Amino acid sequence: MSAHDNHPEGVAHHFESASQQFDSGKLGIWTFLLTEVLFFSALFVAYTMYRNNYPEVFQFASQYLDTNLGALNTLVLLLSSFTIAWGVRNAMLGETKKLTINLIITLVCAAGFMMIKAEEYGHKFHEGTLWGGHEHSIFKLDANDVDPHMAEHSLAFNNPDGEFTAAVKDLDPEFRQKLGIFFGIYFCLTGLHGIHVLIGMILLSWLLIRNLRGEFGPKNFAAVDFIALYWHLVDLIWIFLFPLLYLIS
Amino acid sequence: MAPTTNTLDRTNYLNATKGFMSWFWTIDHKRLGLMYLWSVITCFILGGFFAMKIRLSLMPGAVDFATQTAEQMNAYNNAFTVHGAVMIFLVIIPSIPAALGNFVVPMMLGAKDVAFPRLNRFSYHLWLIGALLFVATLIIGNLDTGWTFYPPYSTGHTDPSVITAVLAAFILGFSSIFTGLNFIVTIHKMRPPEMTWFKMPLFLWAIYATAVIQVLATPVIGISLLLILVEKTMQIGIFTPELGGDPVFFQHLFWFYSHPAVYIMVLPGMGIMSELFATFSRKPIFGYRSIAMSSIAIAIFSFIVWGHHMFISGQSQLMSVIFSALTFSVAVPSAIKVFNWISTMYKGSISFTTPMLYGMSIIWLFGIGGLTGLFLATLGTDIVFHDTYFIVAHFHYVMVGSALFGFIGGIHYWWPKMYGKVVDGPLAKLGCLLSFVGFNMTFLPQFVGGSKGMPRRYAAYGSEQGFDDWNYWSTMGAMVLCAGLFIALFALLRSFFVKGTLAPANPWGGVTLEWQSPSPPPEHNFEIAPPVVGDPYDMSLVEYVSEEEGFLPVNPRSDDPCVADVKPEEA
Repeated sequence: MSAHDNHPEGVAHHFESASQQFDSGKLGIWTFLLTEVLFFSALFVAYTMYRNNYPEVFQFASQYLDTNLGALNTLVLLLSSFTIAWGVRNAMLGETKKLTINLIITLVCAAGFMMIKAEEYGHKFHEGTLWGGHEHSIFKLDANDVDPHMAEHSLAFNNPDGEFTAAVKDLDPEFRQKLGIFFGIYFCLTGLHGIHVLIGMILLSWLLIRNLRGEFGPKNFAAVDFIALYWHLVDLIWIFLFPLLYLIS
Repeated sequence: MAPTTNTLDRTNYLNATKGFMSWFWTIDHKRLGLMYLWSVITCFILGGFFAMKIRLSLMPGAVDFATQTAEQMNAYNNAFTVHGAVMIFLVIIPSIPAALGNFVVPMMLGAKDVAFPRLNRFSYHLWLIGALLFVATLIIGNLDTGWTFYPPYSTGHTDPSVITAVLAAFILGFSSIFTGLNFIVTIHKMRPPEMTWFKMPLFLWAIYATAVIQVLATPVIGISLLLILVEKTMQIGIFTPELGGDPVFFQHLFWFYSHPAVYIMVLPGMGIMSELFATFSRKPIFGYRSIAMSSIAIAIFSFIVWGHHMFISGQSQLMSVIFSALTFSVAVPSAIKVFNWISTMYKGSISFTTPMLYGMSIIWLFGIGGLTGLFLATLGTDIVFHDTYFIVAHFHYVMVGSALFGFIGGIHYWWPKMYGKVVDGPLAKLGCLLSFVGFNMTFLPQFVGGSKGMPRRYAAYGSEQGFDDWNYWSTMGAMVLCAGLFIALFALLRSFFVKGTLAPANPWGGVTLEWQSPSPPPEHNFEIAPPVVGDPYDMSLVEYVSEEEGFLPVNPRSDDPCVADVKPEEA
């Protein structure tokens, strides 16, 4: 047990050195991010398959998504990626106060993203632009199956003043049904992404608490580094989602 | 004279700390491995119970074809669903990687633990939650979708227990991902500097290839099951034909995971085989590099053959032809392994120990399972055999015959390391023999019945259909298999009550690093760290020492307390 007496400080018992510990963590988090990409992959494949089969449906459906809010959310997340990357630098240099500020900005951005997303979701529930199986969806195979209340007030369903290119009630039934599939994919993709943002917020708060306790510094910044990588991935997935869903033309 | 380090009161990982929490909240990979082991064995008994329920209800005369009731059919559907799901998600997938892998991988690397011990504990707790949810499913409902959860069966008006079942499988999937991730990092980062990739024991190669599949494929089943959950609870529409969705799309996603999952099950078993054949033939493994590379090749091929599960599901003929051709390619690395194991035995000094008997059984079982797979890869014959008992027999030969026998062989091989007891008596050998005979008796008739057109997933068959004899022998075989497995378990359990000194550090003569540690190992695996790294299959590095009743290194280190007592000056 002589190896134990001179074991380096801050290194877990089963590692020989700090660099071995850090490299293991780095490989671990990258492998985890790989699994995250694959976790989303099935939904991207679903998107690709249905879009390939029904390109006109996807083009039509995209007009119900608010491009301005989507673009704003993209900017918000890009800013948060910048601040968390800066935060990693702060941690490496031991700039505790700057790290606190950057973590707070990142958290505020994340919360802002979720609020904008909630606004978008709320609008869709109000309009009935939902997946076909939802009781308030306006994308039923038979237009008479649409909830009467929805049929009355949904703009998309009735197309008043030509705000949309066509009224959903006048669409071909099959086409209308496939619009429901688009929104199924939309809610699954953005919902799963939203869950990842929420998890990210929990992790960022945890970093903030630890930083306020003064735990991070040039010798101990691995946690900030790894969670920042996770946050970049969450950001990156949105970078793909925004054009795929909002910018179809 | 027995060495002083091998008495019962020596402090080891089993008796170092006591109490429930010292096990439940441990981060020691060895204790976690043992907890997985016993949890898996418990689930195996549960899954086995449903297997027997299936076989007994298929016994000619048990359920009458003409007058069978809806309850009988439901009970049958429930039994095969639970049997399949428990055996796959709760038994075979965690068996070797999580139970034996956890115990053995760090020791083979000469390391103190896996790279992320707390993540390892989290994996086990996730597994436990998944397993409990699954058991809850059994209690609350009547799951009858088959283990594949195909929509629209699973998403339509079926029993709500599909929700808990899918959630359980989702959680179990994450447990499997974290275990795989842990092993990838452990094998990359925890190897001693002298152990280059091509000096790694082949079990590590197999576990590494398995971990890669676990990490790459399991997230896909995770999201697919989550989509089933969303589809079932909220009718999202992606898989539901009534809402414009495509149920075959789920089959693609499902088999994209579940075909590689077959190799999650069988690759670690093959890794154990390589250890067994080298150790018990007292010869260096034949074709080390080709076995190592064939593990990687199998991991790669496993991702591009999933379409062979869907030859009759409505995929394009061109795709079926491509998938069929790719499927044949898997036969090549599989055959390379089998030929290498047989070549390892050639002119070897073979000892017929219990683990070796399991290893030799697998040569036959995997041979039959693998070769019948070729009939199923062939488009013309698959159309005939699809959804018959031929396919049932085929995948049982691969999954039980190779993966599970490998698991049991591995348990016997590492049992001395785990508990300090060698289980190699007539009873253990009888268990292996009965299991082998019973297994063949159960599943060979199914090949015949299936090739005569006996469809699977039927609760009963009419006598005039001519399957009675095959069903009769199959059920009889299942009883023999059941008896064999219980005898094997009894032989293992009995060793706890055998008094006396603990097993030697190296009872079998293995050269991999775990045998340099006493049996059972101390808390941090090795009394002198790091252990000596040599060629893992150079049998001249150890020799049998009769006073020790086991093997010792030929050139012992002067500071090795295990050796110092026995051979003080010979080095």
